[in-house]
Amino acid sequence: MTGMEDDVSEMREPLVGQKILRTEDQTLLRGKATFMDDIPIAKGTLHAAFLRSPHAHARIRGIDATEALKLKGVHAVITGEDIKPYTKPLIVGFANPLDYRGIAMDKVRYVGEPVAIVCATDRYRAEDALKLIKVDYEVLDAVVDPVRACEEDAPVLHEAAGSNRVSHRVFNHGEADKVLDAAKNKTQITIRYPRNSVTPMETYGVVAEYKPDTGGYDVTSNFQGPFSVHTVMAIALKIPSAKLRHKSPANSGGSFGSKLTLFPYIVVLCVASRLAGRPLKWIEDRLEHHASSSVAPSRVTTIEAAYDDDGTVNALRMEHYDDHGAHLRAPMPAPIYRMHGLSTNCYTIPNVKVTNNIVLTNKCPTGAVRGFGGPQLYFAIERVMNKVAKELGMDPLALMEKNLIPAGSFPYRAPAGALIDSGDYQQVVKDSVEQGKLDWLRERRKQARAEGKLYGIGFAAAVEPSQSNMGYISTLKTKEEREKAGPKDGAVASCTISVDALGSVNVVGDSTPQGQGHQTALAQIVADELGLKFSDITVNLETDTQKDNWSIAAGNYSCRFSPASTSAAKTAAERVRVKMTKVAGRFLNVPEDDIEFADGMIRSKSNPDNGLEFRRVGGLAHWSPSSLPEGMDPGIREVAYWNAPELTPTTANDEINTSLAYGFAFDFCGVEIDPDTGNVKVDHYVTAHDCGTILNPGLAKGQIRGSFANAIGASLYEEFVYKEDGTFLSGTMADYLIPTAAEAIDPVLVDTVAIPSPFTRLGAKGIAEGNQYTTPVCLANAVADALDYEDVTMPLTPSKVFGWINSGEEMAPPADEEQAEERLSVDFSGDALRGEGETFVPAPREKVWETLLDPKEMAALIPGCKELDKHAEDHFTGTLKMGVGAVRGTFEADIRLRNMRKPESVEISGTLDGSLGVSRGTGWVELDEVEGGTNVRYRYEIHLSGTIASVGGRLLSGAARLLINQFFRALVARAAPDAAPRKGLLGKIRSKFGGNS
Amino acid sequence: MKPAPFSIHIPDTIDEAVACLAEHGEDARVIAGGQSLMAMLNMRLAEPSVLVDVSRLADLKKLEIGPDGLTVGAATTQAEVFHHPDLATHMPLVREALTHVGHIQTRNRGTICGSLCHADPSAEMPLLLATLGGTVTLQSASGTRTLSASEFQTGLLETAKQQGELCISAHFPSLPSSAKWGFREIARRDGDFAIVAMACIADKGTVRLGVGGVSDAPTVEEWTDLATADIPDALNRLAWKMGGTDDIHASARYRRELVRRIGQKLIEETLS
Repeated sequence: MTGMEDDVSEMREPLVGQKILRTEDQTLLRGKATFMDDIPIAKGTLHAAFLRSPHAHARIRGIDATEALKLKGVHAVITGEDIKPYTKPLIVGFANPLDYRGIAMDKVRYVGEPVAIVCATDRYRAEDALKLIKVDYEVLDAVVDPVRACEEDAPVLHEAAGSNRVSHRVFNHGEADKVLDAAKNKTQITIRYPRNSVTPMETYGVVAEYKPDTGGYDVTSNFQGPFSVHTVMAIALKIPSAKLRHKSPANSGGSFGSKLTLFPYIVVLCVASRLAGRPLKWIEDRLEHHASSSVAPSRVTTIEAAYDDDGTVNALRMEHYDDHGAHLRAPMPAPIYRMHGLSTNCYTIPNVKVTNNIVLTNKCPTGAVRGFGGPQLYFAIERVMNKVAKELGMDPLALMEKNLIPAGSFPYRAPAGALIDSGDYQQVVKDSVEQGKLDWLRERRKQARAEGKLYGIGFAAAVEPSQSNMGYISTLKTKEEREKAGPKDGAVASCTISVDALGSVNVVGDSTPQGQGHQTALAQIVADELGLKFSDITVNLETDTQKDNWSIAAGNYSCRFSPASTSAAKTAAERVRVKMTKVAGRFLNVPEDDIEFADGMIRSKSNPDNGLEFRRVGGLAHWSPSSLPEGMDPGIREVAYWNAPELTPTTANDEINTSLAYGFAFDFCGVEIDPDTGNVKVDHYVTAHDCGTILNPGLAKGQIRGSFANAIGASLYEEFVYKEDGTFLSGTMADYLIPTAAEAIDPVLVDTVAIPSPFTRLGAKGIAEGNQYTTPVCLANAVADALDYEDVTMPLTPSKVFGWINSGEEMAPPADEEQAEERLSVDFSGDALRGEGETFVPAPREKVWETLLDPKEMAALIPGCKELDKHAEDHFTGTLKMGVGAVRGTFEADIRLRNMRKPESVEISGTLDGSLGVSRGTGWVELDEVEGGTNVRYRYEIHLSGTIASVGGRLLSGAARLLINQFFRALVARAAPDAAPRKGLLGKIRSKFGGNS
Repeated sequence: MKPAPFSIHIPDTIDEAVACLAEHGEDARVIAGGQSLMAMLNMRLAEPSVLVDVSRLADLKKLEIGPDGLTVGAATTQAEVFHHPDLATHMPLVREALTHVGHIQTRNRGTICGSLCHADPSAEMPLLLATLGGTVTLQSASGTRTLSASEFQTGLLETAKQQGELCISAHFPSLPSSAKWGFREIARRDGDFAIVAMACIADKGTVRLGVGGVSDAPTVEEWTDLATADIPDALNRLAWKMGGTDDIHASARYRRELVRRIGQKLIEETLS
């Protein structure tokens, strides 16, 4: 310990509220932390590598691992069929026919879905074996758009469910339909919220071991909770939950929610360790993390608002298409229901109707991501509020203020059920406007516009929920289903505090932190309660489900720590204090209410000289049980389970108090958009947060800055991109861009009210997610203001924003068509790579036809192909080795010819299947006789899947073009070997420039 | 994300290196800084069975900067070039472009010649080699040859370097003292691959513009007596000539627009 903390406590002011440096940083910043991959493993532990689907949607006809099993060091190859007998489906919060066990069984439903596990003596060998496993896939049509997925003729992912819409619920709070139908003024907007995540530095990691003595499993992983999911795992593994021992490492390299959905891997790896007969370790790599760990649900929402001429909004009606990817995994679809009680945000809108469609598509399944449903909901609400202001010609902030919940009306019951505990929203806005210099910003916009610049101002406000009601997910069931299942509510937190024989204090909690500074905050709270120094308190937040106290609500999610974990710690510390007061009271001979804990002493308040050292009282409880008051247990170890009575179950009318404590965030910003590049520059950003009692201003500011940085990522950079055919394109950090230090923006942090929650022990509320809610829509409103453009979608990529500013493109000078020689365009938009071209071959048409269709000749045309086997007139197969630059792959080619009209036209379709991926393509070739030879016209479309598409996105079009070029160069060379090479061998190529800006 | 098995050869001389390349043919790849190749190996996009590590060859550590230009050996890192005290004096354009090459960490390992041989269409060093009219010297068991940028740069990730050849050095000529220059790059984030990168040189009535990120290889266009009023037409012609491709970061159209709009600004600021 440094001397600093001691100096702070010498001040004798409460430690809670002080900016105390994080104790965790001594370990983290010196590089001494123990992360998942650092934990020593047992001798003989095997390493797992997953074979993953290159297809977005396909039926598995067979898996052949014979060759893989022959490889040295490979102990087992395990498939879904092997896992099945040892598991039951992983359950979610409502009855449904989905059968998901963490690994594909009969079908694959997204690129990256686990298909088989290789267990080998090291990870290198395990990965070597992957390409030797042969999987016979029948490729199916995929669907990636959640609205399209609900159409009757859409491909269905789970036949047993019958539809991709696995849950549909309509909620009426008030009379939104009636109000909207009768409204004089109404408006609507449709928003599309993209697929993003917050990517931690540390990926998933698991060590699983089957324990033959108990028939259970021991698992160490960086799973973060909620521990309700422990129950889901135990049920799936068909063992009593006590036999599933889960331990977490001391340190985490971040989660931001993502490590919740590690749990399906735990189930799969437990069974795999049992089948392989050894402990099994798996560390996820970055490509696996991007393609197949977890993302926030993307969403399409149409929202309507009815309003009066004075700006009073009377009703909201919204329909969500919440896109959960290929499977529902507990606690999904929680994000949309976590926000349900807050369907009217921070406004006094009395009527709201919400329609929730929970939809499955051929994309990575969803899970927890910082913000958990809030960014999607608030993007819709704050955009429609902005639009109402615009239609009324009202200042957007004035409209927001008109509708804000008034100070003095808390606790405020929102129509959908949230019991908003405390706040003074008007004061937060006032402080922000003053400290953030809104008047100056408005003047700045005026000046910028006068200079012809594109400048806009945006506003956003959000209620920040913290500590989730464990019952809210039941809102997606009908009243009847809920009655049948019994009530679910509450959110329990536990804490254990021990005082040992030398009087030192140890705190064990259930918050599985990911670097937020929980140890520091808990030490502050306990030290205050026991009158000790900060450095006297030891906090251990590793978890072991067989040895520690925990509840189903345990874990690190939804801003649970500040309201709940602190309340449990406070309660446990009070119990220690009560017990030690009783012990000390006997020796000090003073009434218990005259005893105080201060300066390491337990002493009489009226006579501070009459006291005992804290450590001595602690020691008595161990060394001399006979000295204790009659009936008192020896030792000091107090366990607190804390819950808040305000977290009640969903009512018969579907109202639900979704969280316990509700903070408030208010942001405004100024952006300038470069008309030449489409670049959105955040010129000025102001953010204000009321999170109740501030436990430690340093930790609180760290959370605000962290959340803001993540939100800048979501707003400007981050999106997991899928093509319409389900191809995944964002496999690397060069494709999925996150803000780095160079992109960091320093916002103005407003110093404003801190109104304690009446429902938490310290009055604290969460603060870690506020900017996920406000920042994307604040920037969107500013961009809409700058451009007078409505359909603003995240992320604000310059190429896209450029298209919003500039409609048409300057045409090519006609004379330059000739100059476009040797250039083909590849259209990257839509569901495939598409291109077309034309080339002249100085040979007769018959000769060109023969060259094209002879297997020997064709083998020579295809880059990297040595030989083709002819199975029929129209069917060839072969092996080819091809690539671009250093990128090389071996592929099995299967080529079929269709619609042959000799010697005029033919359709060539083929599949290339290799370790780099699978591509399916079709080319249409037409031969025209022209003077001196043949004109070959062609167009093609290629569907690419697997690794090459996921990591090579930036160069895919170029590579496709290169290989097509090689094909036609070879065609010219083979069909007309004697022709003199001429400049522009490919002749004139007409190109179609596709793609959207 | 572990590479396939390979053996690594660490030769003591250039002759030994080229002999090794000749012996293993297409199974061998040269590794210097490894800043592109290591990622490809780990993702198994490339599975050479032999790596020839030339990073420790003293003969390839050449770094000469003078009035004639910059000559850099295959083992010399981008950071070593960047920190050379004479770079700013003789090669200010190279210095400016180097600040856009990856990040400090990658420049500490990455080499100039490695970047030229990797031939990424968005990379800055190939763009400068083309714009400055530099050369690349290749050595094989049968001798050495020196190629001009246009001979060497054949396309997307492709160069004229043959199997068995080792790039031993590259030369970037300096600009005459009368020349003015400018450099602009548009990328999503600091240090990202360029969406479009452009280098401009103006001297004695000619304007030369090199463009990276739009075509498969850097494109260089030169105009004589280019009137200000003619710049938009000239750039529109160039933009359509290069075409450009779509990827997840930017559309082909956006790339062409940058050529027009940022190209205009760059030419104007270079001439001013």
